[in-house]
Amino acid sequence: MGFPILSVTIFIPLIAGLIILLFGRNKPEWIKPIALAAASLVLLLTLIIWATYRIELAGYQFTEYLPWLPQLGISYHLGVDGIGVAMLVMTGLVVFSGVMVSWNIDHRPSEFFSYLMFLATSVLGVFSSLDLFLLFFFLELAVFPKYLMIVIWGYPKTRNYGGMKLTLYLFIGSVLALIGVLAIYQASPEKTFDLLLLENAGFPVEMQRLWFPFVFLGFAILGGIFPFHSWAPDGHVAAPTAISMLLAGVEMKVGVFAALRVGIMLLPEGARHWATWILVLATINVVYGAFIAMIQKDFKYVIGFSSVSHMGLVLIGFASLNYNGLLGAGLQMFSHGVMTALFFAIVGMVYDRTHTRDIASLGGLYKVMPWTMVGFIVGGLVSMGMPGFSGFIAEIPIYMGVWQVAPLVAIISVIAIVVTAAYILLVVRKVFFGDLPKEFEGKIKDITVKDKIVIGLLSLVMIAIGLVPSLMVPLIETGVNHILAILGGV
Amino acid sequence: MGANMISSFDLIAILPEIFLLVLIAIIMVVDIFRKKQANGTTLGWITFSGLLIIILIKLFFLSPGNTTQNAWGGMIRVDAASFTFQLIVMVGAAITTLFSMNHQEVHDKGEYFAMLLLSVIGMSMMAAASNIILLYLAIETTAIPLYVLVGFLTKNNLSIESGLKFFLFGAFTSAVLLYGFSLLYGFTGSTHYPAILAAIEAGKISSGLLIFILLLTIVGFGAKISGFPFHFWAPDAYQGAPTPIAGYLSTASKAIGFVVIMRFMVSIFAPEPEAWSLLLALIATASMFVGNLLALVQKDIKRLFAYSSIAHAGYMLIGVASGTQLGFQAAMYYLLAYLFTNLAIFGVIHIVEKSKKSNEISAFQGLMKRSPGIALVFLIAVLSLAGIPPFGGFISKILVFLAAMEAGLIWLLIIGILNSIIALYYYLTVLRITFAESEEEPSQPVYLSWKIALSVCVIGILVLGVIFTPWLNWLNMASTNLMLLH
Amino acid sequence: MENNLLFYILLLPTLAAILIVVLPTTNKNTIRWTAFGSSLIPFLLSVLVWFQFDKTQPGFQFEVFAPWFSAIGSSFHFGVDGISLPMVLLTTILTPLAILASYGIKDQVKAYMALFLFLETGVLGVFISLDLLVFFLFWEIGLIPMYFLISQWGGVKRNYAALKFILVTIAGSLGLLLSIQIVGITTGTFDLVKIYELWPTLTEANFQKAIPLGLSLTVVKAIAFWAFVLAFAIKVPIWPVHTWLPDAHTEAPTAGSMILAGVLLKLGAYGFIRLVIPFFPVEAHRYAGALAALATAAIIFGALAAFAQKDLKRLVAYSSINHMGFVVLGIAAAAYAWQSPDNGLIESATIALNGSILQMFNHGLTSAGMFFLVGVIYDRTHTRQLNELGGLWAILPRYGGIFVFTAMAALGLPGLNGFVSEFLVVRGAWGIFPLATALSMIGLFFTGVYILKAIAGLLHGPRNDHWLSVPEINTREVWVIAPLMVLMLLIGVWPASILNLINHAVNFFF
Repeated sequence: MGFPILSVTIFIPLIAGLIILLFGRNKPEWIKPIALAAASLVLLLTLIIWATYRIELAGYQFTEYLPWLPQLGISYHLGVDGIGVAMLVMTGLVVFSGVMVSWNIDHRPSEFFSYLMFLATSVLGVFSSLDLFLLFFFLELAVFPKYLMIVIWGYPKTRNYGGMKLTLYLFIGSVLALIGVLAIYQASPEKTFDLLLLENAGFPVEMQRLWFPFVFLGFAILGGIFPFHSWAPDGHVAAPTAISMLLAGVEMKVGVFAALRVGIMLLPEGARHWATWILVLATINVVYGAFIAMIQKDFKYVIGFSSVSHMGLVLIGFASLNYNGLLGAGLQMFSHGVMTALFFAIVGMVYDRTHTRDIASLGGLYKVMPWTMVGFIVGGLVSMGMPGFSGFIAEIPIYMGVWQVAPLVAIISVIAIVVTAAYILLVVRKVFFGDLPKEFEGKIKDITVKDKIVIGLLSLVMIAIGLVPSLMVPLIETGVNHILAILGGV
Repeated sequence: MGANMISSFDLIAILPEIFLLVLIAIIMVVDIFRKKQANGTTLGWITFSGLLIIILIKLFFLSPGNTTQNAWGGMIRVDAASFTFQLIVMVGAAITTLFSMNHQEVHDKGEYFAMLLLSVIGMSMMAAASNIILLYLAIETTAIPLYVLVGFLTKNNLSIESGLKFFLFGAFTSAVLLYGFSLLYGFTGSTHYPAILAAIEAGKISSGLLIFILLLTIVGFGAKISGFPFHFWAPDAYQGAPTPIAGYLSTASKAIGFVVIMRFMVSIFAPEPEAWSLLLALIATASMFVGNLLALVQKDIKRLFAYSSIAHAGYMLIGVASGTQLGFQAAMYYLLAYLFTNLAIFGVIHIVEKSKKSNEISAFQGLMKRSPGIALVFLIAVLSLAGIPPFGGFISKILVFLAAMEAGLIWLLIIGILNSIIALYYYLTVLRITFAESEEEPSQPVYLSWKIALSVCVIGILVLGVIFTPWLNWLNMASTNLMLLH
Repeated sequence: MENNLLFYILLLPTLAAILIVVLPTTNKNTIRWTAFGSSLIPFLLSVLVWFQFDKTQPGFQFEVFAPWFSAIGSSFHFGVDGISLPMVLLTTILTPLAILASYGIKDQVKAYMALFLFLETGVLGVFISLDLLVFFLFWEIGLIPMYFLISQWGGVKRNYAALKFILVTIAGSLGLLLSIQIVGITTGTFDLVKIYELWPTLTEANFQKAIPLGLSLTVVKAIAFWAFVLAFAIKVPIWPVHTWLPDAHTEAPTAGSMILAGVLLKLGAYGFIRLVIPFFPVEAHRYAGALAALATAAIIFGALAAFAQKDLKRLVAYSSINHMGFVVLGIAAAAYAWQSPDNGLIESATIALNGSILQMFNHGLTSAGMFFLVGVIYDRTHTRQLNELGGLWAILPRYGGIFVFTAMAALGLPGLNGFVSEFLVVRGAWGIFPLATALSMIGLFFTGVYILKAIAGLLHGPRNDHWLSVPEINTREVWVIAPLMVLMLLIGVWPASILNLINHAVNFFF
């Protein structure tokens, strides 16, 4: 076993978080540099993982294995496939950006940044776990940081409600999945939580059909599946900027990633059996989310509901259970993660300066903060699946995939593109163009250099993927091929 | 081995209890001769060091290993299970001592510590009892000091009232239990577990009667673990008792109740596994729902955690109700983790109560600002109760759920999971208040003894939550030995 | 390498746009000249391509190939033939002129110039793409700069116009997107050259295996055909889906209207020729009559509507509908005759399609010129109402001359370019759709009427002293219009200079 790069990546934020929590009060000036250093290191390491993952070998790489509780078949087993690598890079980007845009947090900074770091450890861990128990271990680790961050630093009017709703929904999702996972464990011949062994376990068809809904729906709740999506807008809106970025950007991907890894890959027959129902729900997600986003008056709610809509596309991709659909879903997970992070970052920057998120009372911001406008437009183009941006690269295969199984879904869900274009352009026009309201004149400063770095970095990533999809596609392709082998092998 | 001869093995089997008696004597003597100080902690430290020495001796010299032996003519079972639970009780008592020694009204009362130690003796005999007479004696030896301890704050009406309530309830359930025991003896002619089991297997008790006896004994044991519907005493007693004692009641006392139930069920009611399993599953369900739902509406933090403790009894019962070796192991692990967790909870409550003179939940407002260290301990403990990694409560819950799945009790598993969602709600609410804003206030004084106690608890919670194998191996042994029938 | 010429033409405007954005200057003139200068390079390169292009070879030339999205069988595949090359040239000519025409823009010059150059890349990409997905990519990309050009620098109702423009166009492209996917999935590739062979000969069984739609292939093909047609028809625009056009053109800034009318409308017509006819020969043949009817409607109603306008810019906007109708008429004729065994039909269709393509080029020149001239007068008088203007020839003789010249080209005066192409279309279409052609001749008559109305309303009439102080057209503006006028005249008197190339391509096409 070589250098345990995954473990290092996962635990750097944890250690940084502990250092900040324990010593931050005495040395407040060190809090942010430590957090930034940790986040940069994570980003660097994820990029190294991305660059050194050997596509030609495919499969799970950078594996680490330590027995943990052998009596129950629990082990500390890490490893990533192509999709996992993409998720790690995305997490690295979002965490880095999250720290950067939180630079102006001066209220209890030591707690804020340490919880942020704990959250990073949790999501990095989930994406790297090859053991179901370990996966849950990391997943549940996130419960308290996200709750506390929302209720302490969130939007004062709704934070208690939004934070509790979000945390409980996510918890409900994860424990629902836990039931299914325990059933998988129970049914496995080796009595193990090890994903690699379970993948080959060949569960009886009846068992797969019975337990698939628990696992998939449980995890999909984390991904905001209709009708359990309402936590997402409420929670995201209540959360502070960096947490909205992490929750919508990464946490929702955690849900669908686990739904894929545990639901579809372990119970392929179940997936086949329930695919139609997933398609139905996911289509509602896509269309309903887009329409609801259009009628929002609150800037941040627009983004919140747009996430619901876009995550529906990921689920549609999953449910098509073919090469194109899965490829697109993998790409959409990456693309949406980066895009949503950018959106929430910009909403945060605007709110910090104007102290309002009411679309009607904003306007003309391009005059004072042109970067936010550019960033928002780039994000908006990704969001409406404009060719040349990562959103198109992701959505095209999803639509192609679903054409092959349920053409009607393709036709219905494509409506969302127009609706998305409409609400994005309306927001752009009302918030960024037009005249600057009088009360803001001379009072609003441009965003900081750090904010600009975030906007630039995230925008560039999306454009780069859009123009050069081969940065990401072959990687995800390896993961998809593996899933197809599992699906075909049953 | 002749009936009248006392072998050295018999003595060694109760050596810790003998030491405890010696310790009680020392305390009583010192109490008479020591200088009276306003904040004297002498008695506390003596009790603590005594307990610590006994724990170490027990741990290193008196471990039974993977063997099962009978002492005192079969009245006492010396095995890994009794060993484990005796240790749990002693550790619990030691930590309770650390919290008590700065309690304004008890720190200079020799009888307080003596009573505490006496209850330890009773409990450790409960853990080992393999004879219904001894068991009953042990239960009473435990209960009477606890009645006294709950009502110890004589200047406080609430304490007196709750002591009395506890006493009445305990006496009533004991009486019912005793009736069950007498039926057992009457029909089987023996007080030894193995002999009773043999008689039952020989058909000396009709199945219906056996179920009746089961119900009677469950009443007695259910009260010890504060399971529904025998939980009524718990919130009142916790609220009125000195806070460290509330912690002690919810951990050590509950743990002993569980080991007694497990031993009794497999030893006596082996012929009717479905019956007791179902009965316990029903009690588990009711306890979880009642505990969690009532906890939602509490305003007093001690009552809140009293109801939470009722709910946790329910989770543990899931493991016991599975009736499998894994289930018992899971329940034991749960108890172990719960020991550290709930002691930490009541420790923190005690600390806050001492400075804010209030038990309202609002007293916790801004704790993070006042005393971040204490607040973080509280955070860890509450998250452990909620079953969040990397804390002991997480793996405990997974284990009991796994046991339920293995035993095919999927409905019970789902109820358990449903309840952990409800529970998360009030745990998070408490945490939110703890971490909320508040006026700038002076930080709370933290005594050395508290620091030690809280550190031990936190280390316990974390170690149990991250490293599983050694403890599970040990508990594996304990649960296997427990299930051996003689 | 000479082979990469197209790639450079495509990429240079974007690089220039990025350069302008990062240029550390706020000097507006520096920005303007940088934009203008850098837009000349693609022009020169496309002229180079024009002269190096081998007319006698069938198929695509200057092909560039680079992997893009190989996972779903799409790649950057570029190339030009005689149909797309005039369009490329038209784009690279009009862009520098439009930039030159925008020197009056004072707000956000950086963003404006950058968007313009981005727009050029988008449009060029559509013309040179030989991959369906890349085609769609550039098709959509072009919308965004246009949207912002209208919504930021446009007229009073710009927000409404911009949103209408983009939503209608995106809605149109949805069907296109879905149909492109059907094609892509069933053929397993997005490469145009391969699809030309695979898609029209697709069998029922292979189709149902790839897309279990439950409908027969014929029905699906018909639906896909209409989806393509709708998307392109919106862009052209064909009556009755033209309603976005008058708003967008009227509200766009001058240079925006120049590019919109000059180049963007050609995208739709180009889509018909490049994709619809080769993909759906059967359906195209079947529905060619309907298309011709719509084209006729566009010609007549476009002209009538133009005549009814009081706003000069709206008038010019409606004239685009009228002129593009001829393009569509020619295309309809070609669609009807494509791969027909009847040589007479083919001959007529060849003439018509030649006319169509030339008409696209010509309309690009004239409409850009007209919009520019409207912009010139609006900059000076701040009104476009014909009843407020009038009698300007006496005040602005040079401007008047230029305006009449351009208007005559639009009207189709023999000797100028408009005549050649319209004549060819009508001549070719006569043999195929006599009725439609006859009706469009009437439309042609109305063209004359509204053009004359514009000239009369703007230039003739009693001298309007209100406008006495209006300055004459300046040198920069003359430089914008002069190249257009030269080309109008050149094509008018020597059509072979461009028709030669187009004709070869059209012959290969059939």
